[in-house]
Amino acid sequence: MNLTVRESLIAFRRAPLLSTLSVTTIAFSLFVVGLFGLVAVNLQNALRGVAERVEIVAYLLPGTPIESITLAEKDIEAFPEVQSATYVSEDSALARAHAELVEFRDVLQELERNPLPASIEVKLKPRFRDVDHVNAVAERLQGFGFVDDVRFGRDWVEKLDRLRGIAAAVGLVVGAAFAVVAIIIIGTTIRMAVLQRSREIAIMRLVGATNGFIRRPFLLQGAIKGMLGGLVAIGLSYGAYTLINRWLIQVSFFSKEQAVAIVGFGTLIGLFGSAASVGRHLRRV
Amino acid sequence: MIKFTNVFKAFPKGGLALKDVSFHIAKGEFVFLTGHSGAGKSTVLKLIYADEPVTSGEVRVSGFNAAELRPRDVPKLRRRLGIVFQDFRLLEDRTAEENVAFALEVTGARRSSIAARVMRVLTQVGLAAKAQAYPRELSGGEQQRVAIARALVNEPTVLLADEPTGNLDERATRGVFQLLRDINASGTAVLMATHDLDLVRQAPYRVIELQEGALVYDSAVDEPREAASP
Repeated sequence: MNLTVRESLIAFRRAPLLSTLSVTTIAFSLFVVGLFGLVAVNLQNALRGVAERVEIVAYLLPGTPIESITLAEKDIEAFPEVQSATYVSEDSALARAHAELVEFRDVLQELERNPLPASIEVKLKPRFRDVDHVNAVAERLQGFGFVDDVRFGRDWVEKLDRLRGIAAAVGLVVGAAFAVVAIIIIGTTIRMAVLQRSREIAIMRLVGATNGFIRRPFLLQGAIKGMLGGLVAIGLSYGAYTLINRWLIQVSFFSKEQAVAIVGFGTLIGLFGSAASVGRHLRRV
Repeated sequence: MIKFTNVFKAFPKGGLALKDVSFHIAKGEFVFLTGHSGAGKSTVLKLIYADEPVTSGEVRVSGFNAAELRPRDVPKLRRRLGIVFQDFRLLEDRTAEENVAFALEVTGARRSSIAARVMRVLTQVGLAAKAQAYPRELSGGEQQRVAIARALVNEPTVLLADEPTGNLDERATRGVFQLLRDINASGTAVLMATHDLDLVRQAPYRVIELQEGALVYDSAVDEPREAASP
């Protein structure tokens, strides 16, 4: 077996307690980051679900010829922000009202004339579902001669915007803080592992080991610890996710990419933490 | 082989650890380096194995000039030296054999050749039977023999020994000293720092004495005297 690999594995055998401690520390640090990540992921999903309902309705003047409407529909769908534009005729508007407004069924029944206007319902592409774009599209819709009025929940879209801003800011700040704390804790743990072997490092230097030779097993070991910690963290997160799902609310778990990113993050911290600690040792001739 | 020319070494916090020290040790020589604790013996050795930089003057060790040594050349220099300490400096969690093999592994020696070379030096120091023992299972004298085996396994041209008998009882001291003499007899230069004057008197070797960082006596240059004064 390669000497570097053998030396790094030997270290696990020689200091099982400290190694376990490092892996556990890394795991829990990443678990906290992961839990927060789960919250962020689910919050984003929820917001996306809400944003799904951002819709602009252009009410049409009565008597607009169907040809113009069909043409306009095509035009609107060609807007870069627009995902779909759907024409709702007077009749289907009434049918929908029948179906949805049960309490008013009697009133609707007695109408002599359909009071509901025809409309075009416009849905935006996900990344355009904010106040600015909604406003811009609404204005353009207003430009069509046969459009009587354009409605969208302005207040509501603005609130959604603000909520998204807050979620992003909190996510960034808290996420970064957690990540920094994790890095510091993991760095300290790895430094302990290196300090524990400082005597060994000194002896290696005396018998003529190159810095690279001394460094390599530590780097590999740090990376392995970080990776194991990351995997355990994913396991813990999955446990937490299962519990929350069963007892509290329906939430979603990390995508495969996000899980890989967490393990990768752990591996990198392990690697760079070891590099920094060993480096400090090696410079001190 | 080892040449000091007007070497000064300053302590990091001021004061001089070595003052204008010059000497030359030839191939195959056995030299005692004597003096009180703090006289600068260990500093001389550290300058030789490039553990500390020279403040001024020139230190040459088997073709290397300490002042021009780049960090990545330090391991190359150390592989030409064998170093032995008072406190043995063995790895506690490895057997005698593994401790010795370690010094070969770090040099990237061929795996296939390691076992045989390790056994040869362990036999040379009389510890072949205890190759599988851990340091804690060995006596002080035996541990020092393992350390010497480790120092020898790279076939150094010089063996540096810093108070190698400092932690040993009289019998073990004699054994280790005899071993160092045998090693010297087979052609390796030995530079042994010690304040054990009995040992120094026992053998007809060259003596270099330091006092407060200055070289005060070198039996190769100066008139012989009764003994290196304490």
